[in-house]
Amino acid sequence: MTELKPTGPKRKKKSDYQNVTGYLFISPFLLGFFLLTLYPILYSLYLSFTDYDLMSEPNWIGLDNYVRMFTGDETFWQSFKVTLMYAGVAVPFRLIFALLVALALNKVVEMAGLYRTLLYLPSVVGGSIAVSIMWRQLFGNDGAFNSILALLGIPTHSWLGDPKTAIWTLIVLYGWQFGSSMLIFLAGLRNIPKTYYEASSVDGASPIKQFFIITLPLLTPVILFNMIMQIIQGFMAFTPSFVVTNGGPVNSTLLYVLYMYRRAFEYFDMGYASAMAWFMLIIIAVLTGLIFKTSKHWVHYESDNK
Amino acid sequence: MQNKKRTFKIVQHTLLIVFTLIMIYPLVWMVSSSLKESSSVFVNAYSLIPDELHFENYITGWEGFAGITFKTFFINSAIIAVVATVGSIISSTIIAYGFARIKFRGKSIWFICMMLTMMLPFEMVMIPQYIMFNKFGWIDTYLPLILPTFFGIPFFIFLIMQFIRTIPVELDEAAKIDGCSTFGIFFRVIVPLVVPAMMTSAIFSFYWRWDDFMGPLIYLSTPEKYPVSLALKLFSDPNSVTNWGAMFAMSTLSIIPIFIIFFFFQRYIVDGISTSGLKG
Repeated sequence: MTELKPTGPKRKKKSDYQNVTGYLFISPFLLGFFLLTLYPILYSLYLSFTDYDLMSEPNWIGLDNYVRMFTGDETFWQSFKVTLMYAGVAVPFRLIFALLVALALNKVVEMAGLYRTLLYLPSVVGGSIAVSIMWRQLFGNDGAFNSILALLGIPTHSWLGDPKTAIWTLIVLYGWQFGSSMLIFLAGLRNIPKTYYEASSVDGASPIKQFFIITLPLLTPVILFNMIMQIIQGFMAFTPSFVVTNGGPVNSTLLYVLYMYRRAFEYFDMGYASAMAWFMLIIIAVLTGLIFKTSKHWVHYESDNK
Repeated sequence: MQNKKRTFKIVQHTLLIVFTLIMIYPLVWMVSSSLKESSSVFVNAYSLIPDELHFENYITGWEGFAGITFKTFFINSAIIAVVATVGSIISSTIIAYGFARIKFRGKSIWFICMMLTMMLPFEMVMIPQYIMFNKFGWIDTYLPLILPTFFGIPFFIFLIMQFIRTIPVELDEAAKIDGCSTFGIFFRVIVPLVVPAMMTSAIFSFYWRWDDFMGPLIYLSTPEKYPVSLALKLFSDPNSVTNWGAMFAMSTLSIIPIFIIFFFFQRYIVDGISTSGLKG
């Protein structure tokens, strides 16, 4: 490291200046990172070993919250199962749906912009409470969905009232907002050089074969990224189950975060809710890690060839 | 051959049109229900055509509940969304410049921290942040909803950073030769050029703040301070609603600001999503 010396005092001064300005520019992030992310996360870890109820001081109770979670709380397992099912079905459903629509739109020349705009619309408004409220009415007993079924002569059903079907209304709501994934796929499709298709056409490859040997492999980086972000989002969904079904019937739509919310802000069971948050973080980290690990085998980066 | 091509096109467009109509049907249904008479909303519920246009749903809905009109809720939402958006865009642009253009010790570590923060769900810090803000006495104020945005939003930082990277470094160097300081380069060269990325971020920020439900649910307790999202939830609770038309009317109104921004700025959103490819 002594070799650095000959650069002289002038150089060193400049790099000091750069260090200071660099830190000055990112200082808002650093402040936020320490005060609003790092400290809260560590505090949450500490809380997960206590029985804090907001009123009295936190008591250290060791692993009690975790033991209670895994052995004494059926509702916890129920919410975990519901969330696994929700994320496990809704995420692939949305991604496949988005990819199919993007493929269809990619071939369209006329009015492509109009289709794209209209199909993206559900995603634009999707996060709003109004949409969840509308969904509740849409699938209600006398809502539009049943009314259409009746019109077609198909027996109606209490979609939100039946524990077997209620979760599906939330999954459909999630899939319905496929717009941003669709846009990302469209951008990915546009980036695939046309010459690849032309070359394989000369070799006599069918469109289906072309999809599997050209399109899909070249889209895998986009799919990977989408998948990870969507899984995190899927696990952390709250508003749909809170507004559309309020977790019912018989906890069949009790998403994890809704149960965590109830523990924290209805029962003021802050320690237990923190333990739940940590368990979820670990599950997500493991899942993300696994996806990244296996991605070596199925994600194709263009730069690999160069 | 020509004929075959045309048939294919017709089939393709028919399918796409049918599909698109199915997808936007729920939204159209909401708007049309807002114009139906309350008692007829669920008679032939599938129908999109009101027998008469009942605009008075909007007037009765606007009266709100507990003596507070929706005017209050809209103003509250606007204050929260605008201030938080301004805060997040200013801070995110400053931070993005630091990460994209200045070489300093430890940069890569902080960059990794930022990317990890971007992946970290809000729910992880929700409880400890609530306890912190509770201790500060910030419950039932807008501070917990607004202040954190002034520390930059990782997604926007990343998006603006990617954009800054497309600006040639020679521009910075030319400005430096002309005697511009680092801050000068930032304000005079970079900021004017990254306006599109700032716009994209601002639009997303506005959407998220306008739609935010969990934040207000946790932090606000006085109905006078409620934003539209929270007010609408209360207004529409299954056991309290009788006036369905009014409920749909206020639901429709609540998404109008989002619609307006979408139709005016959709170019920015589409570009922003397809270049960054992140949130969805």
